[in-house]
Amino acid sequence: MAEMKPQTAGRDTSVTLSGLTLDNPVIPASGTFGYGYEFAELYDINCLGSFSFKGTTKEPRFGNPTPRIADCTAGMINSVGLQNPGLDRVIREELPRLRTCFHKPVIANVCGFSFEEYAEVAAALDKEEQVGLLEINVSCPNVHGGGMGFGICPDTAAEVTRRVKAVTRKPVYIKLSPNVTDIVSIARACEAAGADGISMINTLLGMRIDLRTRKPTVANRMGGFSGPAILPVALRMVYQVYEAVHIPIIGMGGVSSARDVMEMMLAGATAVEVGAANLVNPYAARDIVEELPAVMAQYGIQSLQKIIGGAHHG
Amino acid sequence: MKQSMYTVTSNRPLARDVYGMKLAGDTSAITAPGQFVNIRLDGLFLRRPLSVCDWEADSLTLIYKVVGQGTARLSAMMPGEVLDLLTGLGNGYDMSVSGQAPLLLGGGVGVPPLYGLCRRLVAEGKRPIAVLGFNSREDVFYAEEFAALGVPVTVTTADGSEGVPGFVTDALPEAGDYTHFYTCGPEPMLRAVYRATVTDGQFSFEERMGCGFGACMGCSCHTVTGNKRICKEGPVLRKGEILWQK
Repeated sequence: MAEMKPQTAGRDTSVTLSGLTLDNPVIPASGTFGYGYEFAELYDINCLGSFSFKGTTKEPRFGNPTPRIADCTAGMINSVGLQNPGLDRVIREELPRLRTCFHKPVIANVCGFSFEEYAEVAAALDKEEQVGLLEINVSCPNVHGGGMGFGICPDTAAEVTRRVKAVTRKPVYIKLSPNVTDIVSIARACEAAGADGISMINTLLGMRIDLRTRKPTVANRMGGFSGPAILPVALRMVYQVYEAVHIPIIGMGGVSSARDVMEMMLAGATAVEVGAANLVNPYAARDIVEELPAVMAQYGIQSLQKIIGGAHHG
Repeated sequence: MKQSMYTVTSNRPLARDVYGMKLAGDTSAITAPGQFVNIRLDGLFLRRPLSVCDWEADSLTLIYKVVGQGTARLSAMMPGEVLDLLTGLGNGYDMSVSGQAPLLLGGGVGVPPLYGLCRRLVAEGKRPIAVLGFNSREDVFYAEEFAALGVPVTVTTADGSEGVPGFVTDALPEAGDYTHFYTCGPEPMLRAVYRATVTDGQFSFEERMGCGFGACMGCSCHTVTGNKRICKEGPVLRKGEILWQK
Protein backbone atom coordinates (compact mmCIF):
# COMPACT_ATOMS: atom_id res chain seq x y z
CA MET A 1 0.00 0.00 0.00
CA ALA A 2 2.80 2.40 0.92
CA GLU A 3 4.30 1.91 -2.53
CA MET A 4 0.99 2.64 -4.22
CA LYS A 5 0.45 5.89 -2.30
CA PRO A 6 3.91 7.31 -1.61
CA GLN A 7 2.46 10.81 -1.19
CA THR A 8 0.52 9.76 1.91
CA ALA A 9 3.56 8.35 3.71
CA GLY A 10 4.78 10.27 6.72
CA ARG A 11 1.66 12.40 7.13
CA ASP A 12 1.22 13.11 10.84
CA THR A 13 -2.43 12.80 11.90
CA SER A 14 -1.76 13.03 15.64
CA VAL A 15 -3.17 15.83 17.78
CA THR A 16 -2.82 16.70 21.46
CA LEU A 17 -5.83 17.60 23.60
CA SER A 18 -4.84 19.00 27.01
CA GLY A 19 -1.81 16.70 27.22
CA LEU A 20 -3.67 13.70 25.80
CA THR A 21 -2.10 12.70 22.49
CA LEU A 22 -4.47 11.04 20.02
CA ASP A 23 -3.27 9.08 16.98
CA ASN A 24 -5.76 11.07 14.94
CA PRO A 25 -8.46 13.67 15.68
CA VAL A 26 -11.42 11.41 14.87
CA ILE A 27 -13.73 10.75 17.83
CA PRO A 28 -17.20 9.20 17.53
CA ALA A 29 -19.61 11.45 19.41
CA SER A 30 -21.51 10.53 22.52
CA GLY A 31 -24.88 8.95 21.88
CA THR A 32 -23.98 7.70 18.41
CA PHE A 33 -21.50 5.00 19.39
CA GLY A 34 -22.91 3.41 22.56
CA TYR A 35 -19.98 1.89 24.43
CA GLY A 36 -18.36 0.83 21.17
CA TYR A 37 -19.46 -2.81 21.14
CA GLU A 38 -21.73 -2.70 18.11
CA PHE A 39 -18.95 -1.11 16.03
CA ALA A 40 -16.25 -3.40 17.40
CA GLU A 41 -18.22 -6.27 15.80
CA LEU A 42 -17.49 -4.66 12.44
CA TYR A 43 -13.96 -3.30 12.71
CA ASP A 44 -11.13 -2.75 15.15
CA ILE A 45 -12.21 0.49 16.82
CA ASN A 46 -8.67 1.06 18.10
CA CYS A 47 -8.03 2.85 14.82
CA LEU A 48 -9.99 5.81 16.23
CA GLY A 49 -8.40 8.71 18.07
CA SER A 50 -10.79 8.06 20.95
CA PHE A 51 -14.56 7.90 21.41
CA SER A 52 -17.04 9.58 23.67
CA PHE A 53 -19.30 6.99 25.26
CA LYS A 54 -23.02 7.39 25.92
CA GLY A 55 -23.81 10.20 28.38
CA THR A 56 -23.96 9.06 32.00
CA THR A 57 -26.36 10.31 34.67
CA LYS A 58 -26.33 9.29 38.32
CA GLU A 59 -29.53 7.26 38.11
CA PRO A 60 -30.55 4.91 35.29
CA ARG A 61 -32.75 6.67 32.71
CA PHE A 62 -35.13 5.19 30.16
CA GLY A 63 -35.36 8.48 28.33
CA ASN A 64 -38.27 9.83 26.34
CA PRO A 65 -41.23 7.93 24.91
CA THR A 66 -40.97 6.60 21.35
CA PRO A 67 -40.98 7.51 18.51
CA ARG A 68 -37.69 9.25 19.20
CA ILE A 69 -36.33 9.51 15.67
CA ALA A 70 -37.28 11.51 12.59
CA ASP A 71 -35.52 11.60 9.24
CA CYS A 72 -34.68 15.01 7.73
CA THR A 73 -33.02 16.33 4.61
CA ALA A 74 -29.29 15.72 5.20
CA GLY A 75 -29.86 14.93 8.84
CA MET A 76 -32.08 13.54 11.54
CA ILE A 77 -33.88 14.46 14.73
CA ASN A 78 -33.48 12.45 17.90
CA SER A 79 -35.25 12.81 21.21
CA VAL A 80 -33.65 9.88 23.03
CA GLY A 81 -33.46 11.82 26.28
CA LEU A 82 -30.20 10.55 27.79
CA GLN A 83 -31.17 6.89 28.09
CA ASN A 84 -28.37 5.21 30.03
CA PRO A 85 -27.97 2.53 32.71
CA GLY A 86 -26.82 5.00 35.37
CA LEU A 87 -23.43 5.66 36.94
CA ASP A 88 -23.11 2.45 38.98
CA ARG A 89 -23.81 0.12 36.09
CA VAL A 90 -21.65 2.13 33.71
CA ILE A 91 -18.71 1.66 36.08
CA ARG A 92 -19.51 -1.93 37.04
CA GLU A 93 -20.60 -3.35 33.68
CA GLU A 94 -20.05 -1.08 30.69
CA LEU A 95 -16.50 0.18 31.29
CA PRO A 96 -15.02 -3.28 31.99
CA ARG A 97 -16.65 -4.54 28.76
CA LEU A 98 -15.58 -1.44 26.82
CA ARG A 99 -12.01 -2.15 27.92
CA THR A 100 -12.09 -5.47 26.09
CA CYS A 101 -12.62 -3.79 22.69
CA PHE A 102 -10.97 -0.36 23.09
CA HIS A 103 -7.50 0.06 24.57
CA LYS A 104 -6.96 3.82 24.37
CA PRO A 105 -8.12 6.57 26.71
CA VAL A 106 -11.85 7.13 26.24
CA ILE A 107 -13.99 10.24 26.73
CA ALA A 108 -16.64 10.11 29.45
CA ASN A 109 -19.70 12.21 28.65
CA VAL A 110 -21.35 13.43 31.88
CA CYS A 111 -24.94 14.65 32.25
CA GLY A 112 -26.83 15.94 35.22
CA PHE A 113 -29.95 17.56 36.61
CA SER A 114 -28.23 19.47 39.42
CA PHE A 115 -24.78 20.89 40.16
CA GLU A 116 -24.33 18.11 42.72
CA GLU A 117 -25.16 15.40 40.19
CA TYR A 118 -22.65 16.76 37.65
CA ALA A 119 -19.96 16.80 40.33
CA GLU A 120 -20.77 13.32 41.64
CA VAL A 121 -20.87 11.63 38.23
CA ALA A 122 -17.76 13.47 37.03
CA ALA A 123 -15.80 12.62 40.19
CA ALA A 124 -16.65 8.93 39.88
CA LEU A 125 -15.78 8.69 36.17
CA ASP A 126 -12.60 10.73 36.72
CA LYS A 127 -11.32 7.85 38.87
CA GLU A 128 -11.78 5.30 36.08
CA GLU A 129 -8.41 4.44 34.64
CA GLN A 130 -9.52 4.28 31.03
CA VAL A 131 -11.21 7.66 31.08
CA GLY A 132 -8.79 10.16 29.56
CA LEU A 133 -11.02 13.19 29.42
CA LEU A 134 -14.39 14.32 30.76
CA GLU A 135 -16.93 15.91 28.45
CA ILE A 136 -19.57 17.70 30.49
CA ASN A 137 -22.86 17.88 28.62
CA VAL A 138 -24.64 21.09 29.59
CA SER A 139 -26.50 21.06 26.32
CA CYS A 140 -28.87 18.14 25.87
CA PRO A 141 -32.01 19.53 24.21
CA ASN A 142 -34.12 16.50 25.10
CA VAL A 143 -34.53 16.65 28.86
CA HIS A 144 -36.71 18.94 30.86
CA GLY A 145 -35.20 20.72 33.84
CA GLY A 146 -31.63 19.60 33.15
CA GLY A 147 -28.93 19.42 30.55
CA MET A 148 -29.42 22.40 28.30
CA GLY A 149 -30.86 24.39 31.21
CA PHE A 150 -27.32 24.67 32.58
CA GLY A 151 -25.82 25.47 29.22
CA ILE A 152 -28.01 28.35 28.11
CA CYS A 153 -26.58 30.89 30.51
CA PRO A 154 -22.93 31.76 31.20
CA ASP A 155 -23.33 31.77 35.00
CA THR A 156 -24.76 28.26 35.34
CA ALA A 157 -22.37 26.82 32.73
CA ALA A 158 -19.50 28.36 34.71
CA GLU A 159 -20.85 26.98 37.98
CA VAL A 160 -21.07 23.45 36.53
CA THR A 161 -17.47 23.88 35.36
CA ARG A 162 -16.26 24.99 38.80
CA ARG A 163 -18.08 22.19 40.63
CA VAL A 164 -16.69 19.56 38.28
CA LYS A 165 -13.16 20.98 38.26
CA ALA A 166 -13.13 20.97 42.06
CA VAL A 167 -13.57 17.19 42.23
CA THR A 168 -11.66 15.91 39.17
CA ARG A 169 -8.07 15.67 37.92
CA LYS A 170 -8.54 14.82 34.26
CA PRO A 171 -9.15 17.43 31.55
CA VAL A 172 -12.68 18.82 31.68
CA TYR A 173 -14.34 19.86 28.41
CA ILE A 174 -17.71 21.57 28.54
CA LYS A 175 -20.06 20.53 25.73
CA LEU A 176 -22.04 23.55 24.62
CA SER A 177 -25.43 24.00 23.03
CA PRO A 178 -25.92 25.98 19.84
CA ASN A 179 -29.45 26.86 20.99
CA VAL A 180 -28.34 30.07 22.70
CA THR A 181 -28.15 33.75 21.85
CA ASP A 182 -24.39 34.02 22.31
CA ILE A 183 -22.31 30.86 22.46
CA VAL A 184 -19.10 32.89 22.73
CA SER A 185 -20.03 34.39 26.11
CA ILE A 186 -20.81 30.92 27.46
CA ALA A 187 -17.52 29.51 26.20
CA ARG A 188 -15.66 32.44 27.79
CA ALA A 189 -17.46 31.89 31.11
CA CYS A 190 -16.48 28.20 31.09
CA GLU A 191 -12.87 29.07 30.34
CA ALA A 192 -12.81 31.62 33.17
CA ALA A 193 -14.27 28.96 35.50
CA GLY A 194 -11.37 26.63 34.75
CA ALA A 195 -12.57 24.49 31.83
CA ASP A 196 -9.70 22.75 30.06
CA GLY A 197 -11.53 22.82 26.76
CA ILE A 198 -14.79 23.31 24.92
CA SER A 199 -16.70 20.62 23.08
CA MET A 200 -19.15 21.97 20.52
CA ILE A 201 -21.79 21.85 19.18
CA ASN A 202 -24.58 19.69 20.54
CA THR A 203 -27.68 19.25 18.35
CA LEU A 204 -29.89 22.08 17.15
CA LEU A 205 -33.41 22.03 18.55
CA GLY A 206 -35.73 21.00 15.75
CA MET A 207 -39.05 19.45 14.79
CA ARG A 208 -40.78 17.45 12.07
CA ILE A 209 -44.52 17.01 11.63
CA ASP A 210 -46.11 13.83 10.30
CA LEU A 211 -48.62 14.72 7.58
CA ARG A 212 -50.70 11.62 8.25
CA THR A 213 -51.20 12.26 11.97
CA ARG A 214 -50.72 16.06 11.74
CA LYS A 215 -48.68 15.77 14.92
CA PRO A 216 -44.97 16.17 15.64
CA THR A 217 -43.13 13.07 14.42
CA VAL A 218 -41.27 12.45 17.67
CA ALA A 219 -43.29 11.84 20.82
CA ASN A 220 -41.39 14.50 22.76
CA ARG A 221 -42.51 16.96 20.02
CA MET A 222 -39.05 18.50 19.62
CA GLY A 223 -35.65 16.92 19.35
CA GLY A 224 -32.02 17.49 18.48
CA PHE A 225 -31.27 18.02 14.79
CA SER A 226 -27.92 16.67 13.62
CA GLY A 227 -26.25 15.46 10.46
CA PRO A 228 -24.47 17.01 7.47
CA ALA A 229 -27.01 19.86 7.26
CA ILE A 230 -25.65 21.45 10.46
CA LEU A 231 -21.95 21.47 9.48
CA PRO A 232 -21.94 25.15 8.38
CA VAL A 233 -23.55 26.24 11.67
CA ALA A 234 -21.07 24.21 13.69
CA LEU A 235 -18.10 25.53 11.70
CA ARG A 236 -19.22 29.11 12.20
CA MET A 237 -19.61 28.64 15.95
CA VAL A 238 -16.27 26.85 16.35
CA TYR A 239 -14.64 29.67 14.37
CA GLN A 240 -16.22 32.30 16.64
CA VAL A 241 -15.34 30.52 19.89
CA TYR A 242 -11.76 29.86 18.72
CA GLU A 243 -11.26 33.61 18.43
CA ALA A 244 -12.58 34.18 21.95
CA VAL A 245 -10.90 31.50 24.08
CA HIS A 246 -7.41 30.09 24.58
CA ILE A 247 -8.42 26.53 25.45
CA PRO A 248 -8.73 23.71 22.90
CA ILE A 249 -11.98 22.93 21.12
CA ILE A 250 -13.37 19.55 20.15
CA GLY A 251 -15.47 20.44 17.12
CA MET A 252 -18.53 18.56 15.97
CA GLY A 253 -21.74 18.96 14.03
CA GLY A 254 -22.42 17.20 10.74
CA VAL A 255 -18.89 15.92 10.20
CA SER A 256 -19.03 13.05 7.69
CA SER A 257 -15.71 13.04 5.81
CA ALA A 258 -11.99 13.71 6.17
CA ARG A 259 -12.53 17.01 4.37
CA ASP A 260 -15.13 18.01 6.98
CA VAL A 261 -12.60 17.11 9.70
CA MET A 262 -10.04 19.40 8.13
CA GLU A 263 -12.52 22.26 7.73
CA MET A 264 -13.41 21.90 11.38
CA MET A 265 -9.72 21.97 12.35
CA LEU A 266 -9.06 25.02 10.18
CA ALA A 267 -11.97 26.72 11.98
CA GLY A 268 -10.20 26.03 15.27
CA ALA A 269 -10.93 22.49 16.45
CA THR A 270 -8.07 20.42 17.86
CA ALA A 271 -10.06 17.21 17.55
CA VAL A 272 -13.33 16.40 15.81
CA GLU A 273 -16.30 14.31 16.80
CA VAL A 274 -18.36 12.35 14.29
CA GLY A 275 -21.98 11.78 15.26
CA ALA A 276 -24.97 11.09 13.04
CA ALA A 277 -22.73 9.72 10.26
CA ASN A 278 -22.02 6.63 12.42
CA LEU A 279 -25.71 5.74 12.45
CA VAL A 280 -26.05 5.72 8.67
CA ASN A 281 -22.68 4.20 7.85
CA PRO A 282 -21.35 2.19 10.78
CA TYR A 283 -17.90 2.38 9.18
CA ALA A 284 -18.00 6.20 8.88
CA ALA A 285 -15.46 7.00 11.62
CA ARG A 286 -13.01 4.34 10.41
CA ASP A 287 -13.41 5.50 6.80
CA ILE A 288 -12.60 9.09 7.84
CA VAL A 289 -9.45 7.93 9.66
CA GLU A 290 -8.38 6.01 6.56
CA GLU A 291 -9.14 8.92 4.21
CA LEU A 292 -7.17 11.49 6.20
CA PRO A 293 -3.62 10.91 4.84
CA ALA A 294 -4.75 11.09 1.21
CA VAL A 295 -6.75 14.28 1.77
CA MET A 296 -3.80 15.77 3.69
CA ALA A 297 -1.56 14.93 0.76
CA GLN A 298 -4.02 16.49 -1.67
CA TYR A 299 -3.84 19.81 0.21
CA GLY A 300 -0.14 19.64 1.03
CA ILE A 301 -0.61 19.14 4.77
CA GLN A 302 2.21 17.36 6.65
CA SER A 303 0.80 17.63 10.17
CA LEU A 304 -2.82 18.02 11.18
CA GLN A 305 -1.86 19.62 14.50
CA LYS A 306 -0.35 22.50 12.49
CA ILE A 307 -3.59 23.40 10.67
CA ILE A 308 -5.63 24.03 13.82
CA GLY A 309 -7.19 27.48 13.53
CA GLY A 310 -5.51 27.95 10.17
CA ALA A 311 -8.54 29.79 8.76
CA HIS A 312 -7.89 32.65 11.20
CA HIS A 313 -4.34 33.46 10.14
CA GLY A 314 -3.12 35.60 7.28
CA MET B 1 -24.42 -7.68 11.18
CA LYS B 2 -22.85 -7.13 7.82
CA GLN B 3 -22.82 -4.21 5.40
CA SER B 4 -22.66 -4.97 1.70
CA MET B 5 -24.04 -4.20 -1.72
CA TYR B 6 -26.98 -6.05 -3.29
CA THR B 7 -28.28 -6.07 -6.84
CA VAL B 8 -32.02 -5.83 -7.46
CA THR B 9 -33.06 -8.83 -9.55
CA SER B 10 -36.81 -8.20 -9.51
CA ASN B 11 -39.21 -5.67 -8.04
CA ARG B 12 -42.89 -6.12 -8.79
CA PRO B 13 -46.30 -5.33 -7.31
CA LEU B 14 -47.96 -8.12 -5.31
CA ALA B 15 -51.10 -6.33 -4.08
CA ARG B 16 -52.39 -2.78 -3.60
CA ASP B 17 -49.30 -0.63 -2.77
CA VAL B 18 -47.37 -3.80 -1.85
CA TYR B 19 -44.22 -4.84 -3.71
CA GLY B 20 -41.90 -7.80 -3.61
CA MET B 21 -38.22 -7.22 -4.27
CA LYS B 22 -35.55 -9.85 -4.83
CA LEU B 23 -31.93 -8.95 -4.26
CA ALA B 24 -28.76 -10.86 -5.04
CA GLY B 25 -25.86 -10.64 -2.60
CA ASP B 26 -24.22 -12.02 0.52
CA THR B 27 -26.77 -13.23 3.07
CA SER B 28 -24.29 -14.89 5.43
CA ALA B 29 -25.13 -12.51 8.29
CA ILE B 30 -28.80 -13.56 8.35
CA THR B 31 -29.19 -16.17 11.08
CA ALA B 32 -32.93 -16.35 11.83
CA PRO B 33 -36.31 -15.63 10.26
CA GLY B 34 -37.77 -12.40 11.59
CA GLN B 35 -34.50 -10.48 11.32
CA PHE B 36 -34.45 -7.30 9.26
CA VAL B 37 -32.24 -5.32 6.90
CA ASN B 38 -31.58 -1.56 6.93
CA ILE B 39 -31.47 0.00 3.47
CA ARG B 40 -29.60 3.10 2.39
CA LEU B 41 -31.46 5.08 -0.29
CA ASP B 42 -30.13 7.99 -2.34
CA GLY B 43 -31.37 11.33 -1.10
CA LEU B 44 -32.60 10.04 2.26
CA PHE B 45 -30.44 10.42 5.33
CA LEU B 46 -31.51 7.55 7.57
CA ARG B 47 -31.62 3.99 6.36
CA ARG B 48 -35.03 2.29 6.10
CA PRO B 49 -35.57 -0.95 8.04
CA LEU B 50 -37.50 -3.80 6.38
CA SER B 51 -38.06 -7.33 7.63
CA VAL B 52 -36.66 -10.14 5.53
CA CYS B 53 -39.36 -12.28 3.93
CA ASP B 54 -37.07 -15.11 2.90
CA TRP B 55 -33.49 -15.76 1.95
CA GLU B 56 -31.19 -18.24 0.20
CA ALA B 57 -27.39 -18.44 0.27
CA ASP B 58 -27.01 -15.62 -2.24
CA SER B 59 -30.38 -13.88 -2.46
CA LEU B 60 -33.09 -12.41 -0.30
CA THR B 61 -36.71 -11.35 -0.70
CA LEU B 62 -38.21 -8.21 0.80
CA ILE B 63 -41.90 -7.34 0.74
CA TYR B 64 -42.90 -3.79 1.52
CA LYS B 65 -45.86 -1.46 1.35
CA VAL B 66 -45.43 2.03 -0.09
CA VAL B 67 -46.19 4.30 2.86
CA GLY B 68 -43.65 7.12 2.59
CA GLN B 69 -40.66 8.54 0.75
CA GLY B 70 -38.37 5.58 1.42
CA THR B 71 -40.71 2.86 0.24
CA ALA B 72 -41.81 5.02 -2.71
CA ARG B 73 -38.19 5.28 -3.80
CA LEU B 74 -37.72 1.54 -3.30
CA SER B 75 -40.76 0.79 -5.48
CA ALA B 76 -39.20 2.74 -8.38
CA MET B 77 -36.02 0.65 -8.41
CA MET B 78 -35.26 -1.41 -11.50
CA PRO B 79 -33.50 -4.76 -11.85
CA GLY B 80 -29.74 -4.20 -12.04
CA GLU B 81 -29.75 -1.27 -9.60
CA VAL B 82 -27.61 -1.67 -6.51
CA LEU B 83 -28.53 -1.10 -2.86
CA ASP B 84 -26.39 -0.76 0.28
CA LEU B 85 -27.86 -2.96 3.03
CA LEU B 86 -27.02 -3.78 6.61
CA THR B 87 -28.13 -7.40 7.06
CA GLY B 88 -28.53 -9.78 9.96
CA LEU B 89 -30.13 -7.15 12.21
CA GLY B 90 -32.22 -8.04 15.25
CA ASN B 91 -32.81 -11.30 17.06
CA GLY B 92 -35.44 -12.96 14.83
CA TYR B 93 -37.84 -15.73 15.80
CA ASP B 94 -36.71 -18.58 18.02
CA MET B 95 -37.73 -21.74 16.18
CA SER B 96 -36.55 -24.12 18.89
CA VAL B 97 -39.68 -23.64 21.00
CA SER B 98 -42.27 -24.00 18.22
CA GLY B 99 -43.61 -27.44 19.13
CA GLN B 100 -45.17 -29.63 16.43
CA ALA B 101 -47.99 -27.28 15.37
CA PRO B 102 -46.96 -23.63 15.57
CA LEU B 103 -49.52 -20.99 14.63
CA LEU B 104 -48.42 -18.12 12.37
CA LEU B 105 -50.51 -14.95 12.62
CA GLY B 106 -49.66 -12.21 10.14
CA GLY B 107 -51.34 -8.91 9.46
CA GLY B 108 -50.72 -6.94 6.25
CA VAL B 109 -47.01 -6.30 5.74
CA GLY B 110 -46.47 -8.28 8.94
CA VAL B 111 -47.02 -11.39 6.83
CA PRO B 112 -43.61 -11.51 5.04
CA PRO B 113 -41.27 -12.55 7.89
CA LEU B 114 -43.67 -15.39 8.73
CA TYR B 115 -43.15 -16.86 5.27
CA GLY B 116 -39.41 -17.40 5.78
CA LEU B 117 -40.21 -18.79 9.21
CA CYS B 118 -42.91 -21.08 7.81
CA ARG B 119 -40.62 -22.52 5.16
CA ARG B 120 -37.98 -23.34 7.75
CA LEU B 121 -40.48 -24.85 10.18
CA VAL B 122 -41.80 -27.10 7.40
CA ALA B 123 -38.23 -28.09 6.53
CA GLU B 124 -37.77 -29.18 10.16
CA GLY B 125 -40.84 -31.43 9.88
CA LYS B 126 -43.17 -29.14 11.84
CA ARG B 127 -46.81 -28.61 10.82
CA PRO B 128 -47.44 -24.88 10.97
CA ILE B 129 -50.89 -23.32 10.57
CA ALA B 130 -51.11 -19.87 8.93
CA VAL B 131 -53.74 -17.19 9.47
CA LEU B 132 -53.14 -14.13 7.32
CA GLY B 133 -55.15 -10.95 7.85
CA PHE B 134 -55.69 -8.09 5.39
CA ASN B 135 -58.00 -5.11 5.07
CA SER B 136 -59.58 -6.11 1.77
CA ARG B 137 -59.19 -8.58 -1.11
CA GLU B 138 -56.98 -6.12 -3.08
CA ASP B 139 -54.50 -6.26 -0.21
CA VAL B 140 -54.11 -10.04 -0.04
CA PHE B 141 -50.71 -11.46 -0.99
CA TYR B 142 -48.68 -14.63 -0.40
CA ALA B 143 -51.64 -16.84 0.59
CA GLU B 144 -50.75 -19.14 -2.33
CA GLU B 145 -47.07 -19.17 -1.43
CA PHE B 146 -47.91 -20.36 2.09
CA ALA B 147 -50.31 -22.94 0.67
CA ALA B 148 -47.58 -24.16 -1.68
CA LEU B 149 -45.54 -25.12 1.39
CA GLY B 150 -48.32 -27.57 2.24
CA VAL B 151 -49.56 -25.48 5.13
CA PRO B 152 -53.23 -24.89 6.00
CA VAL B 153 -53.89 -21.18 5.30
CA THR B 154 -56.82 -19.06 6.40
CA VAL B 155 -57.18 -15.56 4.98
CA THR B 156 -59.20 -12.96 6.84
CA THR B 157 -60.28 -9.56 5.54
CA ALA B 158 -61.59 -6.73 7.66
CA ASP B 159 -64.23 -5.85 5.07
CA GLY B 160 -65.18 -9.46 4.43
CA SER B 161 -64.34 -9.27 0.71
CA GLU B 162 -62.23 -12.46 0.87
CA GLY B 163 -61.94 -15.37 3.27
CA VAL B 164 -63.15 -15.10 6.85
CA PRO B 165 -64.66 -11.67 7.62
CA GLY B 166 -62.86 -9.90 10.47
CA PHE B 167 -59.37 -10.09 11.92
CA VAL B 168 -56.86 -12.90 12.43
CA THR B 169 -58.23 -13.32 15.95
CA ASP B 170 -61.60 -14.23 14.38
CA ALA B 171 -60.00 -17.26 12.73
CA LEU B 172 -57.86 -18.76 15.49
CA PRO B 173 -57.73 -22.55 15.70
CA GLU B 174 -59.20 -24.21 18.79
CA ALA B 175 -57.06 -24.14 21.91
CA GLY B 176 -55.03 -27.34 21.93
CA ASP B 177 -54.71 -27.33 18.14
CA TYR B 178 -51.52 -25.19 18.24
CA THR B 179 -48.40 -25.52 20.32
CA HIS B 180 -46.88 -22.01 20.12
CA PHE B 181 -47.51 -18.91 18.01
CA TYR B 182 -45.51 -16.41 16.01
CA THR B 183 -47.00 -13.08 15.03
CA CYS B 184 -46.18 -9.87 13.19
CA GLY B 185 -48.49 -7.02 12.24
CA PRO B 186 -49.84 -3.64 13.33
CA GLU B 187 -49.86 -3.04 17.07
CA PRO B 188 -53.67 -3.20 17.55
CA MET B 189 -53.52 -6.68 16.00
CA LEU B 190 -50.63 -7.70 18.25
CA ARG B 191 -52.60 -6.60 21.31
CA ALA B 192 -55.63 -8.61 20.15
CA VAL B 193 -53.43 -11.65 19.52
CA TYR B 194 -51.92 -11.26 22.99
CA ARG B 195 -55.39 -11.44 24.55
CA ALA B 196 -56.83 -14.16 22.31
CA THR B 197 -54.03 -16.75 22.31
CA VAL B 198 -53.71 -19.53 24.88
CA THR B 199 -50.07 -20.62 24.43
CA ASP B 200 -46.73 -18.85 24.72
CA GLY B 201 -45.70 -17.00 21.61
CA GLN B 202 -43.41 -14.47 19.94
CA PHE B 203 -44.32 -10.97 18.73
CA SER B 204 -42.39 -8.92 16.21
CA PHE B 205 -42.55 -5.18 16.91
CA GLU B 206 -42.02 -2.09 14.80
CA GLU B 207 -40.45 1.21 15.86
CA ARG B 208 -38.85 4.19 14.19
CA MET B 209 -35.12 3.55 14.19
CA GLY B 210 -32.02 5.66 13.90
CA CYS B 211 -29.26 3.16 13.22
CA GLY B 212 -30.92 -0.27 13.35
CA PHE B 213 -27.94 -1.91 15.06
CA GLY B 214 -28.11 -0.82 18.68
CA ALA B 215 -26.00 2.32 18.78
CA CYS B 216 -28.43 5.22 19.09
CA MET B 217 -31.07 4.04 21.59
CA GLY B 218 -33.75 5.47 19.29
CA CYS B 219 -36.08 2.45 19.47
CA SER B 220 -35.98 1.42 23.13
CA CYS B 221 -38.92 -0.16 24.90
CA HIS B 222 -39.77 -1.29 28.43
CA THR B 223 -40.09 -5.03 29.02
CA VAL B 224 -40.59 -7.24 32.07
CA THR B 225 -36.87 -8.05 31.91
CA GLY B 226 -35.69 -4.44 31.54
CA ASN B 227 -35.18 -1.99 28.71
CA LYS B 228 -34.62 -3.47 25.28
CA ARG B 229 -33.70 -2.04 21.91
CA ILE B 230 -36.25 -3.13 19.30
CA CYS B 231 -33.42 -3.23 16.73
CA LYS B 232 -31.01 -5.31 18.80
CA GLU B 233 -32.71 -7.40 21.52
CA GLY B 234 -35.88 -7.26 19.38
CA PRO B 235 -37.75 -6.93 17.12
CA VAL B 236 -39.11 -10.24 18.47
CA LEU B 237 -40.25 -10.31 22.09
CA ARG B 238 -41.68 -13.29 24.00
CA LYS B 239 -45.26 -12.96 25.22
CA GLY B 240 -44.20 -13.08 28.85
CA GLU B 241 -41.86 -10.11 28.63
CA ILE B 242 -44.14 -7.61 26.88
CA LEU B 243 -45.24 -4.49 28.76
CA TRP B 244 -47.87 -2.70 26.68
CA GLN B 245 -47.51 1.09 26.83
CA LYS B 246 -50.22 3.76 26.80
